[in-house]
Formats: sequence, structure tokens, C-alpha cells
Amino acid sequence: MGPDALATISYAVPVLVSLLTVRFFFVLWRSSQPASKPRAARLRCLIVLGSGGHTAEMMNIVATLQKDRFTPRYYVAALTDNMSLQKAQVYEQSLIQSDGKKTVENAHFMQIYRSREVGQSYITSIATTLLAILHAMWLVIRIRPQVIFCNGPGTCFPLCISAFLLKVLGLGWSSVFYIESIARVKKLSLSGLLLYKLRIADQFFVQWPQLQQKYPRAYYAGRLM
Amino acid sequence: MANKERRTVFVTVGTTCFDALVMAVDSPEVKKALLQKGYTDLVIQMGRGTYVPSKVPGDANLQVDHFTFSPSIADHMRTASLVISHAGSGSIFETLRLGKPLIVVVNEDLMDNHQSELAEELAERKYLFCARPQTLGDTIRSMDLDTLIPYVPGDARPVATLINKFLGFPVD
Repeated sequence: MGPDALATISYAVPVLVSLLTVRFFFVLWRSSQPASKPRAARLRCLIVLGSGGHTAEMMNIVATLQKDRFTPRYYVAALTDNMSLQKAQVYEQSLIQSDGKKTVENAHFMQIYRSREVGQSYITSIATTLLAILHAMWLVIRIRPQVIFCNGPGTCFPLCISAFLLKVLGLGWSSVFYIESIARVKKLSLSGLLLYKLRIADQFFVQWPQLQQKYPRAYYAGRLM
Repeated sequence: MANKERRTVFVTVGTTCFDALVMAVDSPEVKKALLQKGYTDLVIQMGRGTYVPSKVPGDANLQVDHFTFSPSIADHMRTASLVISHAGSGSIFETLRLGKPLIVVVNEDLMDNHQSELAEELAERKYLFCARPQTLGDTIRSMDLDTLIPYVPGDARPVATLINKFLGFPVD
């Protein structure tokens, strides 16, 4: 590598870093802004299913969403969670039956590696977390969601981070909606807290008014259950 | 005694292991309290627990039955007169939606015990009773089901409306 190349790098790196920094803050600011013009087009949705109670809450939201606007729908659940995708499949099937149309073509079901299983050791969880992040990246690049719905637990975090990175790199734009579980009355969950503090969730909902008072940027719009 | 009305207590731990609860309901103290309150049957769903309660047939005592898992948990809830449940939100809201009186028992052995938050909040709002394994007997003896307020299920529509607004969809 000659001195010219070195000089180029020593100029290019700071410029690139500053550009990315500016872009980073622009994405942060832009994400928190509601749409400026009315929208008519359909949106590709990524729906992250937690497990048990989380999935039940998420399906209550999905049930109230306008299916013609929020389509196609990509459901993602942890590889170890067989129940959640099944619930989503049952729901999508019921749509077809009531509709007569082939809505199922608009629904896709996928599984994702989990960062950490309950009781897993910390050393191995570094490796599995990396794997989970890479897998999340791959899924987000493949799906290129325009809207992401999540309500914890950990499964959603790598997906939201990946979507945010794509925004910063200018490879896609998505709005992230996080709805904290009804089980959280006084404190946010870890994924909730991270997405709130890092401002990765564009709209953040809690289900108890006392929690909204602690986290003023959150919305309280009643309970889901 | 076929004409005698059966009043069943259904105990559920979901997919968890909660031996402390199964042991508590299997104790003479809790069984006696349930009998005094007029309950006739005790059905225990014990999940992954290892403690096996004794099955008791007959009419003189509280009739006790148990199983580990069953696809018909909803049916057990529907026929129950009282549900005693672990603090998982799934079981809690399923029971409340069926309008069944509910005692939630918080598992104190769980590491991250945020579960008690929900049970305590709902107990404060008088939708259910909240207990610990060691206070279950007291809770049953002192509970007055008439003080419970029926739970009105939540509604996801306000959240969906805000999401629609944020995305620029017309809100009808």
C-alpha cells in the first residue's frame, strides 16, 4: 500500500464516518415523525411473535388491523416456539374462510434463531447471539419490511436492530411499533427498555397508565387483553 | 349423591413447574378451607412439576384429581367454580374472560419475578385475588367472591388507530 492510498484512506474514513453519523441522526429524527402525506399503498409487515402471552397480545392487534393495508404479512417466531406460528396460521386460515379470498398468499411464516435459551450459559450465548443477529439481518434483508410489529421478548431485538441498520445504510425504510406486554405494570422489559432508550421503536405503547408516566415518549391507548 | 351440585376448583400451572403451588393446594389446610367454602372437587393441572398430589375419591372429602397437560384446559376452566392459577398472563386473562373467580398464586422461586406485578395490579383493581403459596389458605378463608369486579376485556382498536395515523392511513 503506497502513501497515496494511505492518504486517501485517512481522508475517506473520517468523511464516511461523519456521513454515517449524520445519516444516523437523520434516521433517528425521521423515524419519530409521522407520515407527512396520506398513504394509500399497502405495506409489507413483519410481525414478531414472542411466545405464549406475547403472541396472544400480538394476535389481538393483528386482528384489528385492516388486512388490505397491512399486507403481505410475514410472521416470525423463535425456532423453539412451535405454538406461536401455529396460532398465526389458524388465524390466517380463518380469514380465508370468512373472506372467500386467498388471503393466505399474503401470509408467510418464518422461524428465527433465538439469542439465548432459558438457562443457557453466557459463554455459548455470545456465539448464539451473533448467530441470531446474522440470521435476523438475513431475514430483514429478505423480507424488507415496511412495518415491524413487536412486543418482546428478546426475539424482536436483533430484528429491530437489523432494520435500523438498513435504514442508516439507506437500504430500506421501516416503521417499528413496539407494544409492551400487559404483564409489565411498573417497569419495562429489557427489550422494551432498549428499544425505547435507543429510540429504535418509532411508536412505543404501554398498557398501563402508570408506566406511561414513567416513560413520557410512550403512548397509552388502553389494554390489549 | 348425583343430584348434589358439584363445585369444582381448577388449579393450573400452565407449562411451568410450580410444585410449591401443587403442594399448597394438596395440603390439609387448603383442602379444609376449600371444603368449608362449599367446594366439592379439586382438579390439579400440574405441568412440569414433580410433586404428585394424592388422588382422593369419594364424597365425604374433597375429591381430588390431577393431570400434567391436557388440550382441554379451557374446558376445565369453563366448568370450574373457582380457578387457582400461576401468574402467567395467558392463564390470567383466559380465566378473567370466562368470568370465573380467580386466585393467582405468585411463584416466588422465579428469577425475574415481574409476574407478580400483573397479579398485584389486577388484585388491587379487584378483578382477582392474589396470594403466595404459603398464604393460599388464608386467602381462601377470607375471600368474598362478591367483592370481585367483572373484568372488561381490553380493546386493540385505539392502538391500531394510532398506528394507522402514524403511517398516514386515513382513519375511519
